[in-house]
Amino acid sequence: MTMHTRLPFSRRDLLKAGGVLVVGFSMGGTASPAAAARGDGAGPPDPSTIDSWIAVHADNTATIYLGKGEFGQGNTTGLLQIAGEELDLDMSQLRWVRLDTNVSPNQGATVSSSSIHRGGPQVRAAAAEARQALLTLASNRLGVQPGSLTVSKGVVSIDGHPGRAVTYGELLGDQPFNVKFTGMAPQKPISRYRLVGTRVPRVDIPEKAGGTYVHMQHVRVPDMLHGRIVRPRGQRAYGAGAKPAGIDEASIATIPGARVVRKGDFVGVIAPNEWDAVKAAELLKITWQEPPALPANLFEHMRAAKTTDTVIADWGDADKAFAQAAQVASASYRCPYQSHAPFAANCAIADVGPDGALVRSSTQDIYNTRAMLAVVLGLPVEKVRVQYYEGSGTFGRSCYDDAAQAAAVMSQAVGKPVRVQFMRWDEFGWDDYGPAHLADVRAGIDAAGKLVAYEYHGWQHGWMVNETTHELALRTPPKEQTSGPPSIPVNRMSTGSMYTVANRRVVSHAVPMVGYLKGAPLRSPLDLSFAFASEQTIDELAHAAKMDPLEFRRHNIGDARWLGVLNAAADAAKWTPRVAASSLSKAAVVTGRGIALGTHHVSYGAAVAEVEVDTRTGSIVAKRICGALDAGQVVNPALVENQMVGQMIQATSRILKEEVRFDKSGVTSLDWVSYPVLRFAEHPDVVPVVVQRLDEPSTGAGEEVIGATGAAIANAFFDATGVRLREYPMTPERVKAALAART
Amino acid sequence: MPDGLNIKVNGKMWPVTAAPDTPLLYVLINELRLQGPRFGCGLAQCGSCSVLADGVEIRSCITPVESIAGKSITTLEGLPVLYAEQKRLPQAPAMHPLQQAFIDVQAIQCGYCYNGMTIKASELLAKNPKPTEAEIRAHMNGHLCRCGSYPRVMQAIVLAGNTMAGDVR
Repeated sequence: MTMHTRLPFSRRDLLKAGGVLVVGFSMGGTASPAAAARGDGAGPPDPSTIDSWIAVHADNTATIYLGKGEFGQGNTTGLLQIAGEELDLDMSQLRWVRLDTNVSPNQGATVSSSSIHRGGPQVRAAAAEARQALLTLASNRLGVQPGSLTVSKGVVSIDGHPGRAVTYGELLGDQPFNVKFTGMAPQKPISRYRLVGTRVPRVDIPEKAGGTYVHMQHVRVPDMLHGRIVRPRGQRAYGAGAKPAGIDEASIATIPGARVVRKGDFVGVIAPNEWDAVKAAELLKITWQEPPALPANLFEHMRAAKTTDTVIADWGDADKAFAQAAQVASASYRCPYQSHAPFAANCAIADVGPDGALVRSSTQDIYNTRAMLAVVLGLPVEKVRVQYYEGSGTFGRSCYDDAAQAAAVMSQAVGKPVRVQFMRWDEFGWDDYGPAHLADVRAGIDAAGKLVAYEYHGWQHGWMVNETTHELALRTPPKEQTSGPPSIPVNRMSTGSMYTVANRRVVSHAVPMVGYLKGAPLRSPLDLSFAFASEQTIDELAHAAKMDPLEFRRHNIGDARWLGVLNAAADAAKWTPRVAASSLSKAAVVTGRGIALGTHHVSYGAAVAEVEVDTRTGSIVAKRICGALDAGQVVNPALVENQMVGQMIQATSRILKEEVRFDKSGVTSLDWVSYPVLRFAEHPDVVPVVVQRLDEPSTGAGEEVIGATGAAIANAFFDATGVRLREYPMTPERVKAALAART
Repeated sequence: MPDGLNIKVNGKMWPVTAAPDTPLLYVLINELRLQGPRFGCGLAQCGSCSVLADGVEIRSCITPVESIAGKSITTLEGLPVLYAEQKRLPQAPAMHPLQQAFIDVQAIQCGYCYNGMTIKASELLAKNPKPTEAEIRAHMNGHLCRCGSYPRVMQAIVLAGNTMAGDVR
C-alpha cells in the first residue's frame, strides 16, 4: 500500500485518463509491468527513455505523456497532433493524462507560450523515435526491411501488400519500448504532413461543454476539511507581510467544528462544512500590525528609487544621431499594476501526512510547485507529489502556489486533507501583479522619414521568488528575482527591434520591489506597456513626417516577417492611406483607427484597431480589432486564432479598464467592481489572421498580439482626437482630462 | 435545524442538510455534487454560479437555499431536459443546442465561465431564438469572461438560435 491509499482515484478520474489506468497506485496483479511501474515513485521520469513519453496500448492507441498543462489554450490538442503526425496515428487513437510529478516528463513550466515552441520539438522527436522502434519490431515480425513498410492509423503494412500487416498494439501492446531517446530518429518531412497545420477540434472542449470536465474547483476527496485563508483585505507594501497583532479564537466558537490554524504569521480557518469555513474567515476577530505606507505617487517614487541599471542594447551612437535628427518625438509613459484576475479564484487540495504529501493544484509548473511545497512543509522533495487540475485561465502566476501552500500548511497542521478555495478578495488582494512600468522614450527621423535614433528607458520592479504563504508561515525575508531569465528587464524585442534603426539604446532600471506591491509574470509580461510607449512614439514620428502610419512603418521595416504581419493586419482592416488625426471631427462621438506592432520574444504580432470616443463622457469603445500573427509553423490554425481572439479581447480590457488600485495601507482592488474588466456588451469584433509559415520553427502564439492591440487602440485614440494618452488604462477620467487640456 | 427543507433541482426533489441561510451554490456543489454551477466570486458579479429558477437566471452564490423552496431549479446538467420540455420534444437531446454550438464554434477556452454563459443564453433563447447582436450583448452583459471568449460566445448563441428555430415544436 502506498501512503496515498486514503485518496484513491475515483472511477471518474480513471475515465478522465481515457480509460487507461495510468496513475500508479497499487494495481494488483492484473496490470502490465510498464503500467505498474509508472507513477509509483517520485518523478520526473527519466527523459532519456521513450517509455517516459509514450506508451502503446493493445487496442492500438497510444498515450502521450505531456509535460505542458492544458489551460484552455489548446496546447494538448496541438501537442497530440504533433505526436500523431510522427506516429501516423489519428487523433482518436491518442490519449493523454493529467500532469503529475510521479508521471509526467519535466518539460518545464507552461509559460511564455512555450508549449509548441519548446515542448513541441521534444514531443515530435520522441514520437519519431517511437515510430522508428515500432517499425523495427514490424520489420522483424513481417520479415522485410523497415524501408518497405507503410504506416496508417497505427497499422504497419508492406508496401504493395496491404494484407500483410500488423498493428502497433499487436507489436507492443502495453509493453515498454526499452528504447533510448536519442533525438536522432528521422522525422517526417513537412511535405507529408496530414495532421500538423490542420484545424483539429480541441480535445478538451466536449467535456467542458458537457459539464463533465473536472476543474480543480470541482474536486472533492473523502474526509476533507474546508479551509480559508485569513489576511488583511488587500496586500500591503511588500516586505511588511501580514503580522497578526491579536486573534480572538473564541469569536468563531459557535461555528461547528471551526478552528484557527496558525503557522508563523500564516493564519487560516478550517471547518468540515464549506460555508462554515467561509463564515469563520469572515467572523474571526483579528487585528493586524500597522503596515508601512505604500507610495502616494507611484511613478515619482519609482523614478526616484535607487535602481540597478542594465544596458539591454546599445547599437551605434544614439546621442549623436539624436543631435542630427530632423525631428524627434519624446515622452514619458505610465503603465499600471494589473492583476491576473483568474475568472475562478484559485483552489487546491492538500493531503499531508508524516510520510509525504499529495497536493492537487492548478499550477503552471508542477515541479516548481513541488519544490516550493517541500520547503514550506519541511519534507524532502521526493515525498511531495503534485497533480495538475485545470482551474480557470491563469495568464501567469496568479495565486495557485499560494493556495496550494495554504492548503498544505493547514493539512499538515490538522492531519487531514484540506481544500482551500481563495475568496475573490483573496485572489485580487494577494495576487502577484504584473508590475507597474514607467518609460521615457524618444526616437528621431531624418528628413526622409527614416528612423535614425531610438532610446528607451524603463523602470519596473521584479518578481516574487517565494509565495506569500511561504513568507508568512516561515517568516522569511522578502525575496525578489532580480537577475537571470526569471527576472523582468525591459524586453529589447518589444522596444523598437522591429524597425531598421542603426542607433538604438535600451536601458532597464530595476526598482527594488520592497515597499511596492508583489510582482509576477502576467501574460506577455510588460509587453503591453512597452508597446504602449514605444509604438505611440513611432506613431508620433509618422505624424511628424506627415506620413500615413502604415506607410511610415513599411518605410522603416526591413524584415519580411514584420512586414508580413503588418500588411496582413492592414489588409484585414481594409486600411486606406491617411495621415493620423488629419480629419478631426467636432462631433460628440468621434472615430479613429490605429496600427501597431508587438511581440513577446520571438513571434511577430500586428494589429489595427478602430475606436469610438465619446468626448462628453470620455468613454472609449473599441469597435473592431484585426490582428495578425506569424508564429512560424502553426500546428493548428484554429487554436492560434482562438488564442488571438483571447489576446485581442484581453488586451482591450487591459488597455481601457484594468488597474490595481491601492491606498496608503494596501490594495483596494478586491473584486470585479473595484477591478473592472471588459464586459460582454463592450467587446470589439475581432478578426484573427494567422500568417502560416510551415517551413519555419514554431514559436509562441499566446501573447504576441497583446502589445500590438493595446498600442493600436492608443494610436486610434490619437487619430480620433489629435491627443495622446501617455498613461493607461485609458479611462473616461483620463480621456476627459486629456481632452480638456487640448489647446 | 432545517428539517424538511427540500429543493427541486433538475426535476428531482432533494433533501437539504445545510443550514437554511447557506447559499444555494454550496448545496449544489457539495450536497448534490453538480459541476455546472461553480464558485467564481461569491458576490454575484461574474455569473459562474448561475442557475435557472423557474426559467429565470439567478446567482446561486448569494441566494439562500431556503429562499428557493417551491421553485424549480435548472442547472447546466438539466438544460437538455428543460429544452425538450420547452420545445415539446419527445426525448431530451444529449446536449442543449447551446452546448453543441459552443463545441461547433470552439468557443470555450478554460471553460470556467461557460456555465454562466450557457445558462444566461438559454434564458434568452427560450424567449427569443433570433436575438439581434445588440440584444445578445445587453442580455449577456452581467457575465464576465477573462480568457476573452466573448466574440466566440456571441457566435455560439447565434448558431444555437438558428438550430432552435429549426427544431420541431
